[in-house]
Amino acid sequence: MNRKKLQKLTDSLTKNCKHFNKFEVKCLINLFYNLVGDVTERQGVVVGLDRNAFRNILHMTFGMTDDMIMDRVFRGFDKDNDGCITVSEWVYGLSVFLRGTLEEKMKYCFAVFDLNGDGFISKEEMFHMLKNSLLKQPSEEDPDEGIKDLVEITLRKMDHDHDGKLSFADYEQAVREETLLLEAFGPCLPDPKSQKEFEAQVFKDPNEFNEV
Amino acid sequence: MGAALTRSAQWTAAAHGARALETTPPNEAILKEIIVFVEGFIYKHPQEANYVFVEPLEWKTNLDPSAFGSGYVVSETTVKSEEADKNGQPLLFLSVPQIKIRSFGQLSRVLYIAKTTKLKEAQACIEANRNPIAKILGLDYNMINEINEDSSVLTILDKITKDDDPEGEIKMKIALLLKQLDLHLLNRSLKNISLEIRLNPGTVKNDIELLKRFSGKGEQTVLESIEYTSDYEFSNGCRAPPWRQIQGEICYVLVKPHDAETLCITCSKEGVFLNGGKTDDEGEINYERKGEIYKDLVTLLREKSAKFSENMSQQEGRFNEEQQKEKDQPNEAPEEEAAALRKASTASRRSALEKKQISLGRSQMTKRLEPSLNWKTTVDAKENKSSLRDTQEEKHGGRLEKSRPSTSPGRAQLIRKSAEKIEEIISESSSESEEDEEPPDHLQEANADLPSEYWQIQKLVKYLKGGNQTATVIALCSMKDFNLAQETCQLAIRDVGGLEVLINLLETDEVKCKIGSLKILKEISRNPQIRRNIVDLGGLPVMVNILDSPHKSLKCLAAETIANVAKFRRAWRAVRRHGGITKLVALLDCRRPSAEPAQPGLYEARDGEVAHCGALALWSCSKSYANKEAIRRAGGIPLLARLLKTSCEDMLIPVVATLQECASEEKYRAAIKAERIIENLVKNLSSENKQLQEHCATAICQCAEDEETRDLVRLRGGLRPLASLLSNTDNKERLAAVTGAIWKCSISKENVTKFREYKAIEALVGLLTDQPEEVLVNAVGALGECCQEPEGRVTVRKRGGIQPLVDLLVGTNRALLVNVTKAVGACAVEPESMMIIDHLDGVRLLWSLLKNPHPDVKASAAWALCPCIQNAKDAGEMVRSFVGGLELVVNLLKSDNKEVLASVCAAITNIAKDQENLAVITDHGVVPLLSKLANTNNDKLRRHLAEAISRCCMWGRNRVAFGKHKAVAPLVRNLKSNDTNVHRATAQALYQLSEDADNCITMHENGAVKLLLHMVGSPDQDLQEAAAGCISNIRRLALATEKARHT
Repeated sequence: MNRKKLQKLTDSLTKNCKHFNKFEVKCLINLFYNLVGDVTERQGVVVGLDRNAFRNILHMTFGMTDDMIMDRVFRGFDKDNDGCITVSEWVYGLSVFLRGTLEEKMKYCFAVFDLNGDGFISKEEMFHMLKNSLLKQPSEEDPDEGIKDLVEITLRKMDHDHDGKLSFADYEQAVREETLLLEAFGPCLPDPKSQKEFEAQVFKDPNEFNEV
Repeated sequence: MGAALTRSAQWTAAAHGARALETTPPNEAILKEIIVFVEGFIYKHPQEANYVFVEPLEWKTNLDPSAFGSGYVVSETTVKSEEADKNGQPLLFLSVPQIKIRSFGQLSRVLYIAKTTKLKEAQACIEANRNPIAKILGLDYNMINEINEDSSVLTILDKITKDDDPEGEIKMKIALLLKQLDLHLLNRSLKNISLEIRLNPGTVKNDIELLKRFSGKGEQTVLESIEYTSDYEFSNGCRAPPWRQIQGEICYVLVKPHDAETLCITCSKEGVFLNGGKTDDEGEINYERKGEIYKDLVTLLREKSAKFSENMSQQEGRFNEEQQKEKDQPNEAPEEEAAALRKASTASRRSALEKKQISLGRSQMTKRLEPSLNWKTTVDAKENKSSLRDTQEEKHGGRLEKSRPSTSPGRAQLIRKSAEKIEEIISESSSESEEDEEPPDHLQEANADLPSEYWQIQKLVKYLKGGNQTATVIALCSMKDFNLAQETCQLAIRDVGGLEVLINLLETDEVKCKIGSLKILKEISRNPQIRRNIVDLGGLPVMVNILDSPHKSLKCLAAETIANVAKFRRAWRAVRRHGGITKLVALLDCRRPSAEPAQPGLYEARDGEVAHCGALALWSCSKSYANKEAIRRAGGIPLLARLLKTSCEDMLIPVVATLQECASEEKYRAAIKAERIIENLVKNLSSENKQLQEHCATAICQCAEDEETRDLVRLRGGLRPLASLLSNTDNKERLAAVTGAIWKCSISKENVTKFREYKAIEALVGLLTDQPEEVLVNAVGALGECCQEPEGRVTVRKRGGIQPLVDLLVGTNRALLVNVTKAVGACAVEPESMMIIDHLDGVRLLWSLLKNPHPDVKASAAWALCPCIQNAKDAGEMVRSFVGGLELVVNLLKSDNKEVLASVCAAITNIAKDQENLAVITDHGVVPLLSKLANTNNDKLRRHLAEAISRCCMWGRNRVAFGKHKAVAPLVRNLKSNDTNVHRATAQALYQLSEDADNCITMHENGAVKLLLHMVGSPDQDLQEAAAGCISNIRRLALATEKARHT
């Protein structure tokens, strides 16, 4: 990609992104193309990260392990749902992912947890997301009992309107009371340590960057 | 059978040969088994029953020959069986009382004949035949048995194949049968033994720890000392060397009872016994058992030391008494302590097996260890208390008339609080090793019906243990929703093992888990027991590490939790040792430019919040001397001073409170002055917040020991708010703090003038009634200072302050008595007030305080008596009216407290103004006692002593007596002192003494003339006069002798 085009892309993305400055956007774009590799840009073909590549990044860089959550994070990034994360989706996604405000993060997390996208996190969805969260004890008769109980506990804590499922309002209220519940059903945001490392690595000194 | 008999049957300790079986249940059981075996033998194994023993079993029987019937040849004293062996010998031969039997068949029959006395016969048989197998089967079988019992069957089989003898086969069968019986018996007795008490290292350790608490010098203790022989404890709790542990030995202790020689005792799994003692040369222990085995240490000691068992039962009695005493006190903690103590004492003696707790998993171990802690602390507390009570009783006895002041609950609490504080400070400065009081465990009883929360919490803890990060966070959030302020929930978390998990979570990398865990720990650590458990589980070092975390909210939570946990010595030490103080002080520094990214993280807090939490934690920690020092060294004072400039009350309270705690140290007071902290303290006195006002007043009270600070408080306008706070008497804590500050400030005269201006004296007089003792002490102290000025005295009198002051003379609080006596003494300087005091019989009350056990009270009372005697009408008559009063005063000259001596000398000076009284005290031997004191180098004492001596010279031959008791030479030396008061008093005393010629000689010999000549030039007229008079006396004597020589 030529320099001019890059400059233009950077400018437009920077304008629409409040959490990154121009330099940071530039770094991210650069990283994106490094990750995508030497795919020459052709008309009609979307250049971007596919699901596997993205999951690989989540796993390697941000230490995520839960397949389902990573899938959902991918969907969270992939706004147009075309199975591919473009450079703008990449920058927007990371802006929430890394630096989002609590509101943005709540929306993002809720979308991740709302597996079927119906605007509610149902009991079944919770069960699905929590099913690997407990150590299976061989002594237990019903291995799922603990999970079911955990779902009940969560509902009791978060379902304020008592309709047996979590609406965004429920979720928002619970998170505002206790921020720890933001990622209630699985880690879908970077943990502070890997976030710091990632930022430190990507947003290197501008001079250094120029040299590169 | 052999093994069973030698191993499990309990033989009496009698010497070899005539050993007898003890009649114990296990023995009886063994015998019965044997009887059943033998009785059944004839039916079950008819062939073997005919086998003839190699040697007969022979014993003394009680059977009568007449009991034998058919099959026997019976005569009057003998019985022969018709059955006979190959050689025609009868298989049974009874010749009263000896019986010889040579077959199982006959044995069975005999038992059958014996009927009710079976047991006795069997016992006699076994006793007489210690090795029945050898007799039955022959020695070689037995040998095999003894040497190699495990393979004995094989060896026997081996033997059988070798000799093809039919008898051998039968022998073999019998041997096997006996072997079976033996095994059976062993199994049975094993079952028995397993039911018995077996000691383990834990119980032994507990016992020893408990006894240790009760050992020491004095009559009350149960032992003089109890020591392990080895300090090293193996990981299994044993202290015995490994090669002795194999023998089941746990440890060795040296016990010195009051009434016996040092005992060297082995504690082994089988029980406790005396061993051969420690050999002097190598320090080695002679491990051999030297005495009977007792079931535990206490039983052994009861046996060995009468004093021990006596005191032991007394101690138990005292606990009950203690419990009774505490019952009428409003706080129930001591009562519970006593209960816990008794529980502990019984529990320790009870065997571990008996104690069936519904304890839950791991908490059992800690619980079992806890009683010893309780015991220890309560003993400490109890000792304090009992000594306190003793002194109180003394006081009661000494008082001529006395009514016990009724204590309102609030008041008692304050007293208790102050007492604790004092205790804390005293013991803290000496060492941090002691434990402080802790409420005992309620749980053991409360187990019966557990609330539903308990089970829910148990479930949550299970998820905490077995869940990943997500499940953990959910469980933590859910747990946080329980009412964590409630004790049931707090203890439930602990009892299901939640504390361990929560603390473990703190060591993970998961920020969210750490936050959630700390949020819970912060709440439940309000419970004193939980605090202890957290410290025991090593929670503090982990939290201290978190203080370094980059996440501010984590820092905050960790600091807050530390603030809650660090309420006792061990915790303070733990925080300090792990560098917590430095880190906490670092939290206070909130000016640092934050390197954080512009947008706040999810779990971030403000810098101010961090500093607030840091200050809270420091407040908790600053109660320990070493921590105060650590805070100072970490540069905490300037940071606190900076924080003090904020106007946020939440922040100010912990900051001021920390400063207030620390201001007890001299170095802090200097630093506080240097950092201009007083200014801000004064400013905050006018705050709206009562707690803040209280802390500020306390801090000022602490700092106002220093004169410059007192002036500063005045210059900064701090006296007016202090005086105005006196009008609000609802908040007793604050009132105590404010009166304290006023007291200390009023040490400066200028401040008293100000206080008078602000009508503080009137307000203080109003506080003399119906206030808790803490307020009283301070208010009276302040009045004592104010009354040093005539205006103050007048105000106090006019306001009717004397009556309540005199009433307070019957109190028991030491600090209060010191202050009251001082105030009364100050008032007595004014004759009009003195009349009132006299009228109220105040002098008598002061006089009885001379019997108070505390030297400072004695001294203060004696000082107060001086103006009273000076100003009372008919003082001489009044003094004489106190029966035994003069003798009491004179005897106080035997005290070894300088202040008491000085005050008593001053009192004597005043008493001796009355000739009659002087005569009485002379009779009581005042002269030798005063003379003995003359060698002191304390200027205050020197002065008052000299005054007393010069007064006492006025009677009879006292001058000569002082000379005889060698008081003169030391007095001369006093002239070399730097204090003019000493000079004056001494010169006057010497002048009086110089009326006696011998004294003059002594003075001259000690170079008095030169010193006195120097003093004639003093600007002090009295001194001039006395010195000159003395010199003239000496000179006159010299002239007279010269004249005498010449004529």
